[in-house]
This record gives sequence, structure tokens and C-alpha cells, in this order.
Amino acid sequence: MDRMPGWADAVLVPLISLLLAAILSALVILAIGENPIDALQLMVEGTLMRSAGWGYMLYYATNFMFTGLAVAVAFHARLFNIGGEGQAMIGGLGVALVCLYIPFPHWTLALLGATAGAIVFGAAWALIPAYLQAKRGSHIVITTIMFNFIAAALLNYVLVNLLKPVGAMDPASATFPATTHLPSFQDMFATADTPLFRGSPANVSFFLALAACVVVWLLIWRTRLGYEIRSQGFSESAAKYAGISPVRVIVIAMLISGGLAGMMAINTTQGEAERLILNMTEGAGFIGIAVALMGRNHPFGIFLAAMLFGFLYQGGAELALWTNIPRELITVIQALVILFTGALDNMVRMPLERVFLGLRRRDAR
Amino acid sequence: MTDIQAAPAAAPAEADVQPAIELRGISKSFGPVQANKDISIRVMPGTIHGIIGENGAGKSTLMSILYGFYKADAGEIFVAGKRTEIPDSQAAIAAGIGMVFQHFKLVQNFTVLENVVLGAEDGQMLKPSLAKARKSLTRLAEEYELNVDPDALIEHLSVGHQQRVEILKALYREADILILDEPTGVLTPAEADHLFRILDNLRREGKTIIFITHKLREIMEITDTVSVMRRGQMTATVKTAETSPEELAELMVGRKVLLRVDKEKAAPKQKVLEVENLRVVDDKGVERLRGVSLEVRAGEILGIAGVAGNGQSELLAVLGGIMEGEGHVRVNGAELPLSGRHADGQSRRRRGIGHVPEDRQHEGLIMEFQAWENVAFGYHHDPRYQLNPLLMNNAAIREDTAGKMERFDVRPPDPGLHARNFSGGNQQKIVVAREIERNPDVLLVGQPTRGVDIGAIEFIHQQIIRLRDEGKAVLLVSVELDEIFSLSDRIAVMFDGRIMGERLPEETDERELGLLMAGISEEPDQPEWQAVDEQLDRKEAQAAGSDPAGGE
Amino acid sequence: MTVMKSFLGAAATLALCAGAALAEPALIYDLGGKFDKSFNEAAYNGAQRWADETGNSFRDIELQSEAQREQALRRFAEAGMNPVVTTGFSMSTPIANVAGDYPDTKFVTIDGYVDPEEHPNVKSILFSEHQGSYLVGMLAAMASDSGTVGFVGGMDIPLIRKFACGYAQGVKAVNPDATVIANMTGTTPAAWNDPVKGSELATAQISQGADVIFAAAGGTGLGVLQTAADEDILSIGVDSNQNYLHPGKVLTSMLKRVDVATYDAMTAGPDLETGVEVLGLAENGVGYALDDNNKDLITDEMKSAAEEAKQKIIDGEIEVHDYSSDDSCPALSF
Repeated sequence: MDRMPGWADAVLVPLISLLLAAILSALVILAIGENPIDALQLMVEGTLMRSAGWGYMLYYATNFMFTGLAVAVAFHARLFNIGGEGQAMIGGLGVALVCLYIPFPHWTLALLGATAGAIVFGAAWALIPAYLQAKRGSHIVITTIMFNFIAAALLNYVLVNLLKPVGAMDPASATFPATTHLPSFQDMFATADTPLFRGSPANVSFFLALAACVVVWLLIWRTRLGYEIRSQGFSESAAKYAGISPVRVIVIAMLISGGLAGMMAINTTQGEAERLILNMTEGAGFIGIAVALMGRNHPFGIFLAAMLFGFLYQGGAELALWTNIPRELITVIQALVILFTGALDNMVRMPLERVFLGLRRRDAR
Repeated sequence: MTDIQAAPAAAPAEADVQPAIELRGISKSFGPVQANKDISIRVMPGTIHGIIGENGAGKSTLMSILYGFYKADAGEIFVAGKRTEIPDSQAAIAAGIGMVFQHFKLVQNFTVLENVVLGAEDGQMLKPSLAKARKSLTRLAEEYELNVDPDALIEHLSVGHQQRVEILKALYREADILILDEPTGVLTPAEADHLFRILDNLRREGKTIIFITHKLREIMEITDTVSVMRRGQMTATVKTAETSPEELAELMVGRKVLLRVDKEKAAPKQKVLEVENLRVVDDKGVERLRGVSLEVRAGEILGIAGVAGNGQSELLAVLGGIMEGEGHVRVNGAELPLSGRHADGQSRRRRGIGHVPEDRQHEGLIMEFQAWENVAFGYHHDPRYQLNPLLMNNAAIREDTAGKMERFDVRPPDPGLHARNFSGGNQQKIVVAREIERNPDVLLVGQPTRGVDIGAIEFIHQQIIRLRDEGKAVLLVSVELDEIFSLSDRIAVMFDGRIMGERLPEETDERELGLLMAGISEEPDQPEWQAVDEQLDRKEAQAAGSDPAGGE
Repeated sequence: MTVMKSFLGAAATLALCAGAALAEPALIYDLGGKFDKSFNEAAYNGAQRWADETGNSFRDIELQSEAQREQALRRFAEAGMNPVVTTGFSMSTPIANVAGDYPDTKFVTIDGYVDPEEHPNVKSILFSEHQGSYLVGMLAAMASDSGTVGFVGGMDIPLIRKFACGYAQGVKAVNPDATVIANMTGTTPAAWNDPVKGSELATAQISQGADVIFAAAGGTGLGVLQTAADEDILSIGVDSNQNYLHPGKVLTSMLKRVDVATYDAMTAGPDLETGVEVLGLAENGVGYALDDNNKDLITDEMKSAAEEAKQKIIDGEIEVHDYSSDDSCPALSF
């Protein structure tokens, strides 16, 4: 009864949050003596008016879709998986091992193999916190966050001591064989006359991310498993009554979540770097939380939110390239968007709800 | 409606007395829903004024307006004859109005004293406030039988005691007018009795009490005057002494209601459910069931009476596959596993056990699910609900739901509405429809009409009896003795995890059951220590070479 | 913003004329950031000196993510910036990927190596850190009373082992019985900026008898130098001249002239000669610092011994083993 229409909740609230974040960012940019309008123009031109800009935006969005979906699936079972970062790192390890040690004749097979590697490794990394939560009641927030650190240490050890080619400076694996190379957007869409997406890292795994959005949607709202996950998420006591095993649902939801987080490594490791590097996640595991929050844990919302964050990342790079806005400030602007769309969601929703109720009351008279 | 006109509450003799509270023409709407429509009511000081109505009739909205939670769209409030604006709860407290909510607003890990003082501290220092509160708590406890240990933590108190703390909070703030919203919904019969004694004492001291409920028995028992609400309107205000439950029920529902269920004599056939020596230990290591044995035959209803918390919930939970236990349970002669992977709700449903759980909001339904999703709840593996091995057939479930809603008269009949948006009665109808239409051999029913309005109670009772008449076994657990009496073919009483005894409803009465519920058996089983003593005696006698003293 | 506008205008003009005459140079810092008091900052100082002296301007960027490496290279190249100077070995792979697409742009990788045969428009600048380290190792051995000297490295990568190995060889050349204690701060990039850990390692080495400690650890080294000064022993700085940080307590600094390399690359402009350039003692690319702050610490004998060794290295009479040539070190085991 005391609610506003669904469209307002899904569209208006994020839009207003975004607007507030933009206004605050503009003030910050003004304060350091730059012109916010020019900055926005620069971001838009550098991202949306060039195919290479799109290529970067979609590349970042691919990461965010995977990690956002990972957070969302777990959240439908009321599990707050903050371990996307670590699961992605270990997923990257899976991708690297598959790409380095299995000779693939063609990239399609390599993609299948790498996907399997990413899912298995990412899911395995989520399994232990999931088991601890399901069987021992150890809080998943704590365990997944600790597993991020363990993953970083493990990745570091493996890279430095096992995978690093002799004589290399970088803590990184050798470059993957050429047959594992995923077609980039440039390979797919550019012709001799129209050099599209030149040099941008967006690659075929973007479509994999889109497919993941559809699959997650089907999973959550069309399958028995999704039904059980949502039941468990809404009410564990009711799930028990219905004969849904909490242990099973918690473990499976976390495995799926970890697998999705791991899949982001296909994009960064196989698609972009073509070798395993230490810094392969670049915080996308954490951005995934904001993306899922903003996208209301719905795959379509996550798609849109991932695109927005992709834009912010690529736009941020443009600002770094062509203005004197310091790198830290760009991070602040990105953080403002996360803050407003994620954490301060209710700050916008509640007044808006009041406005809607007020309007309706007037109608009713 | 036509034969009873809304009678003025105040008789001519009382006309010169100012009402403690008077509402005039209160209206309130939420969007298109008119929750209160032109409501006027006069509550005389020193009386208990009942407000009765079905769920969703607008009782809580009206009280929320009085307590400053909502602002009325139109109308005026008079307190002790003075027009008063109540924009928030602080203003209500200042006007001497106290409220005891259905869901208590207490800080669980604070003591009673701290909760009472919270928000009413004098000055910056806590100590003097606490000392003052302790003194007045002692006084109030003596005056009104409101005894609570001031230093106990709320989380350690029973529900009944927590409610007393809420009342104490209001009295400590010097409330003259006390609003109680469905206060007995969470109480055991004994606790409810105690509450009524407290209310009686308060009335004697001149306090005014507004008592909101949907239970006719309570209205008849405690109130002086009663106002009936239906669909946002005040349909009548009458003197309790001059009305009857039947009349009130008709005013509430808007049609004639059968308060007693008509049913044929049961024709029990073969044993369907057999429970033997069932034991359950809960998470905290407390033994909840201590060897329960019972049987239910096809075509009969076995009612389990008892004060809440004596193992009835655990009995249903084990049979329904929610908890694990030890012992033997057979359905149609086949043993059911009581622990392990095959002791879950899914397995129970496959074995023909339907379960209407005690707590529909936390077990039977998922409030955030739409009606159709709730209809599949527990039966989501049903092949009819599957499109293919991977996907569920949501359209089929919706269709099934629409049919169930029509057959069980769920209102509004919208499969897409979220469960929380249905009234309690309609929520329960969804659960009952889901379980009964599965045609189970055994139906477990827990508190089928708790928080359900009268119209729905009648309907749900009829459905349970229809299932019995179709030759199914029904195990009914209820803390409402009325319900036990009107539905059961046999009554078993539980106390402290044991069955205290079985009675036939026509051969017993509330007094006898009440004693059994309190653990007092008329033919007491021999206490264990006596048996041990006897055995020892016997051994001594044998050692002495003489014959055993006590024959068997 | 004005810089940006004028630049955008220039970029547009450039695109039209397809000429390179007006080209500005660009500088890309590694993830450590512009003001790291060490490597990247040295590059910035060199570029700034060039800008001050010529009155021209340059554009620079601090990277935020791995994917931006290639992006920054491409965007600067597309905008006609020439040459594009980069710092850090991590840039060599992206440059190798990008260079072929922009044959008219000159790329410089400082500390990185890109095959000159494959990419004729890339200049790789490498330093003979082992040679400079050899000299400061000699000075350390001569200054040490205890016969035990320390080495604190940053991230454990071959480059830093190269420092350590050269240092140990220098020490052993003076005093074959001397003990060299070598520790690495960590195995992640965080090891470049952990002064607290640096201080701990220094304390540990002092307790083992070290009385001269060479810190080749970026920001971590500041902690080493501080602790050495507090404990009244000597330390050796790295990259830039860090003698001034604790006058009289820093024995010397192993200089690595990243600033000079940057300055020279920008001065050469688009006409920069490409290929691999190794800057050693002969080219003054590495060396040891001598100034007012440490003139009392370096005696004439020490100085003449170091100068003699320097000449011998230049002449090829002394061969200092380069760890990265075969991943092994004769004077020190890791």
C-alpha cells in the first residue's frame, strides 16, 4: 500500500542517485579549478564518440557484469559474497593453467576450456566459505573477505615461483599460445576501410557476459534451483518447511557465484592480457557489489549498471589523459557514484516515496 | 446491518461526562484504498472500549492516527473534551495516550528498567532516572499485578512478561488512555487471563482502555462498550452487555456466521498415522518431546490441546520433516525416516503428508513471493509444474493458482499479488488450498486460524472437515480450546513433551482439559522415583529371603 | 583545462596536417604514480627540466589499471605525441603490442626491453645497475668496521637481484671475507612502498652485525635510511641522490639516471635514435653520489679505489657479473 510504482523504484531512484553523484562530482571538479562541463564532454566524447572508447567501455563492463552477477546470485540466497575479487583471481589461475598447458587447435575450444577452468577454479575458491557458512555458521562476509587475501597471496606465490618465465621482471605468466587468442572487437568488426575498435581490449567474452546475464535470469526466475535459492534467501525457516536444504542451497549458490566471478578472468586474462598478471582483477570484484546493488540484483539492471561503470572507467581514463585532474580525484568521482547508487539508495528512495504518496493522495481526492 | 443502528455510546445519563477520547469524522486513505471513512467514536473514561473488526477493517489505521503515526485526511480528535492535534507519538504521549503494539518495541538486550526509562529519561544522568523508575515500577507492580523483575533482560522474558513491560512503559509515562492492539494474539490462555486481570485493575483505577481485537470471546469477556468496524467504516457501537457474539460476528462480516461448525459424526477406519515413542532434542539440548505415542485413523481429526510451548510445535515439525527426532513414525504402515537426508519436507510430501504450519508468515508462505509462487512452495518438483527438465512452467502454476483461489475464495483472486499484501485469512486460505488440494493421506494442521478473521475461520474449518469426510487423517494442533472442541473427534492433551491423556470431546469439558494442560493428571502416572523406591524395597525384601512385598 | 583545450586544438591540427613537426612528447608513469620519491619521480624531474629549459610542454598520465597501459600508448600516439616515454619494465609488453600500429611514433621504454628487430621505432633504455652497485659495494666494504654489510631490496624481481649481486661482488672485491646479508621486502608491488617493513629489515640486519646497509627498494628504502640514521650506522641510497636525507649518515647513493634518460629522449624529440641503449658507468648512466653531505664519509683512499675500479670496468678489465644474464650470482645466493 505504502509503495511507489515499480518503474519509479527501478528507474527513477537510480537516475536521481546518479544525478546527485554527478552534481557532487561537478562541485569537486570546480573546486580544483577545472570545468565540469568540459570534463563531462571529454568523458562522453572519449567514450561514446569513438569506437575504441566503446571498446574500452565494453571491456570494463564485461568484468562488471560477471562480478555483478556473481554478487547477485549469492544475494538471492541472502549471502553477501564479497569474495568476488579472490574468486576472480583464482579463476584467472584456472584460465592461465588451461591456456598454458592444454594445446588448443582453435580459439573456440580454448574459450570453452578457459571458461571451464575459470568456473571450476572460481567455484572451488567459493566452496570453502560456503561450506563454513552452511555447516558451521561462519559468517560468509568474514570468510570471503579473508579468502580475498589468501587468494592474492596464493596467486602471488604461484606467479613468482611457478609460472613466471625465467629472467622476466614481471610477476606474470608467459604469454599464452596464439591459438588461445580470443577475437577482439577489432578482429571481428574492423575492416580495412573502417578501422573499428582499434586497439581496444573488448573481445568475444563480452557476448559471454551477455549470455551469462540471460542464463542467470533464467536460473533465478525460471528454474527449480533458482526458486529454491530465492526461497532460502527470503526465509530460511520457510525453506526448511518446504524441504529445501539450506546447506545444499547455500553451497550451490556460492559455487555459481564463485564460478561467475571466476569467469571475469576470461575477459582480463585470456581476452586482454593474454597472460596471467598479478593485478588482473583491478578491483572489479568489489565494483561488482556496487553494480549488483544498483542493478537491484536483476541481470538486466546489472547489465545497465555495468555499462555505466564501464563508462565511468573509460571516461576516467580520458580525464586522466587530457586533463590535470589527478588520478585520486577520478577515483573519488567513481566512488561518489558507488556511494550514491549503492549505499545511499534509501536517501533518495524515501523522499521519492513520499512524493509519490503525496501525488496519489491528491489524485484520490 | 439493517436491524442494528449505530447506537450512540453514551447513554443520556452519562451525557454530562466528558469522553476521554472522542474522534469526529476521521478519514484516511492510502492511494485508492480508503482505510478509514468518516469515523466517529466516543470512549468514556474508566471503561474498556473494544474495537472489533476483521483483519484489514481499518482498526490499526485508526489507532495509528490516534497515536500520531499517520495524519488523518479529515476529522478531529478530542482528548478529555479538548481538541488536540497529534502530529507524532510524542504529542500522543503528552496527551496521556499510551500504546501497546502487537509487535513489541523493546530493546532485547536491555533490562526491563532500561527499557521503561528509554526515551523518558530526566536530564543527562541515567542513574536518578533509573532509581525513580525502579520505585514507580514497584508501585505499579503492586497496584496492577504487573510484576516483572526490573533487572531481567528483555530477551530472557516470556512474551507475556514482555507485554507487561510495554504496559509499564506506557504507565510510567503517565498514560491515562491505553491502547492495546491485538494484545492476546501472542499470549497463552493463562497469560491472557492475567492480562485481563491487569486490565480490570487499570479500569478500577480510572484508566481508559481501548482494546483492539478480532476475537469475539475477548470482547465479551472484558469490554464495557464495543465498536465494530468493517471495511474502513464504523458499523456500530453497542454496550457489551446488550449484545451477543452472534450479533457482533454478523456486524463484522456483514452476513450471518456460524460460530460452531456443523459436522457429521466421524467414521474412523484404518490407522493411517502411527507415532510411537517419539523423542526430540532441540538445538539447545533441551528435550522437547519425551516419548510421544499417538495414532490417527482415516476419517478422523485428532486434536492436540495444550499451552503453547509444550512440544506441539516440535511434534508437527518432526512429522513435517523440519526437525529430526528419534522413535517410530509410520504412515499407512510404512516407516518414515526421522533423521538424515530422507527426513525432509520433500520426502514427507511424497509420502502423502500435507502440512499447514503453525506460522504461515515464517514457514507456510514466503511473504515476498507472489501468490502463484507460494502455491508451488514445497511442491515445486511436481512434474505438472515443469516445462522441461530445466525450466519451471510458471504459466501452469499461475493457472493452477487461479483455480485454487477461486475454489477457496481467496480475495483478491490475483495470482500475481505478493503474499504480504493479502490479509491473514486469505494468506491462510492459500496455504490450506495448497495443502488440501494435494489430497494428502495425513494432514498436519497447526493453529489454522491464528490471526485469521471470522469469515475465513468458518471456511477453513469447513475445508478441514471436508478432508476428514473424504477419509483422510487430520492431526490438529491448536492453543484455542474452542477450535479443538469444535473440530476434533478425539482430543489429546500435551504437557511438557508428553501426552497427558486422551478424551472424547463429548465426554470432557474445558475444566478437565485445562487441568491436563497444566500437567495435573486425574489418574496420575506413578512418578519415577516411587517406582525406583519400590524396586529397591523389593530387592531388600528378596535379600531378606521373604516374598516380594508388592504384587504386580 | 586550458592546457587541454590548446592540446585538443593542436591534436586536431596535427591530424589534418599529418605532420610531426609540432609534436609534444608524452610521459607515462608506471602504476606507482608520479610522485613516488624514486623512479617515476626521477622521470618526471627529467621531463620537467626539459620543459623548463626549452619552454615547451609535455603531457603525462598516471595509470589506474592494467588495461590503460595500451590505451594510453595508443591515445598519445594517435594524438601525435612524439616521443612517448614510459617508465617501468611492465610497459615493454604493451609497447611491443602497440608499436607496429604507429610506425611514425617513437616509443621509449625505460627499464624495459623490446626487440629492436621487430619494432624499429622503439628505444629500450637499460641501465647497468650491477656496475654502479659494484662501486657502492666497494665503498660499503671499505667503510664497514664489522665486516658485515646489508642489502634491502624492494620487490623480489631479477632487476633487484641484479643490484644485490653487483653490490655483493663489490664488497667481496674489497674484503673477500666480508658477509653480505641480503633481504627482499616482498614479492608484490606493495614491496616498493613499505617503509615500516624496510625499517624492520634494517633493524634485523643491524642486530646481525651489519654497519652499512644498501637499500634498493623505492619508498621502502626511506625506512631503511631512517633506521640506519637512528641506529647510527651508514646507509646507501638508490636511484636519485638521497645523501641529503640524513647528512653524514648516508654513505653514498647508487645513482641511476632515469632523469637524464628522460631528458635526453625528450631533447632528441621525434628524431630520437631507436634501438637498445644500455647506460653504464661509461655513459654516466649509473654511478655513485659524492657531495657535501657525504664528503667526510668518503676518504680519499676510498674514492681513488672506487675511481680506479670504475675505470677498469669501463676498460673491461673488471667484469661485473650481471645477474639477469643467467639468473645466477657468484657472490651471493638468494
